[in-house]
Amino acid sequence: MAGRTEDRSFGDAAGDPTPKDVIRQGARDAVGLPAISLVLSMTGFGSLARESGLDLSLALVSTAGVWGLPGQLAMVELYASGAGLLVIVVASSLANARFLPMAAAFLPTLRPGLRRPGWLFLLAHCISLNTWAAGMRVCPGLRPPLRHRYFTAFFAVCLAAALAGTVIGYLATGTLPRPVTLGLVFLNPVFFALLLAAPQGYAAAMALVLGALIGPPLHIWSPDWGVPAAGLIAGTATFLVSRRKRGAG
Amino acid sequence: MTGSGSIGLWAMVLACIAATYVWRGLGATLAMRIDPGGAVFHWIRCVSYALLAALICRMTVLPIGGLAETPLTDRLAGMAVAFLVYFAARRNVLAGMIAGIAAFMVISAVRGAGMPGG
Repeated sequence: MAGRTEDRSFGDAAGDPTPKDVIRQGARDAVGLPAISLVLSMTGFGSLARESGLDLSLALVSTAGVWGLPGQLAMVELYASGAGLLVIVVASSLANARFLPMAAAFLPTLRPGLRRPGWLFLLAHCISLNTWAAGMRVCPGLRPPLRHRYFTAFFAVCLAAALAGTVIGYLATGTLPRPVTLGLVFLNPVFFALLLAAPQGYAAAMALVLGALIGPPLHIWSPDWGVPAAGLIAGTATFLVSRRKRGAG
Repeated sequence: MTGSGSIGLWAMVLACIAATYVWRGLGATLAMRIDPGGAVFHWIRCVSYALLAALICRMTVLPIGGLAETPLTDRLAGMAVAFLVYFAARRNVLAGMIAGIAAFMVISAVRGAGMPGG
């Protein structure tokens, strides 16, 4: 909420950007770091999927359909360890429970630009950590009718990169040494940590630090509910403190 | 991989997709009602940031699956290298990420090879 950093240079050159400009900008923004990180991290998933006995089509459907690596990993790892269907589905879903607050936090930004609000339910599927971070950063600075265009263009490139990574990992399995495979899995927390390290204002910083501090202890308390509970507690504490600081307004 | 389990596998993946969409759909439902400038929106943003931080820290400190085989010190070292290079390279995420992962892979490889004397 604080710190809407305007590092993008929309519209400063020649008036308002056109829809085409915005689509191109969204695709271009995704082609760099987000696409690279997705190719790499989904390589890790593709190789894990093959090791666990999924065929390539299922691995690709998981990537495009679940569209959240923690849930994909939970699904494949629990399946490989012989867990029951219900446990797999619940754990995989809970691993991506963050999509609820993320969707609720981001989608209102897109809503004013949509002729039919029902599109939000399709756009909700396009949210991942990458697309969410980019959308939160760039979309509020765009005119409402352009926001979902930027977001979907960014998403399309991310999806292509993720599917490519899944295929690469699937085909490369067996040739990658174990430390490399583990490194590709470890890439996820490292990448997300650096992404969140960008300055985003006082409230976000406090929420991040508090969440990181109480996340692991609460996970020990409850592997299923620990992380969502940590988000709720740390986020609410941050909210209360930042509201008091701002006074009434 | 076994032919008999393939229908079960499809059912599993489709069920996971549907169960994941539940969160997205609930978020979209909330988004239809929330005032983007209001306190509820601010609260949800705080919660989502805190939840992500908790998740990342959990993935590093208490990982699930293959990463759990690696010692905590290796993961913390990789993370530390990533942040050092990130700040040294003027907040370059790609540089930090590559350096951190490379450090982690090298440490794992050396450990896996049983610390070769040469």
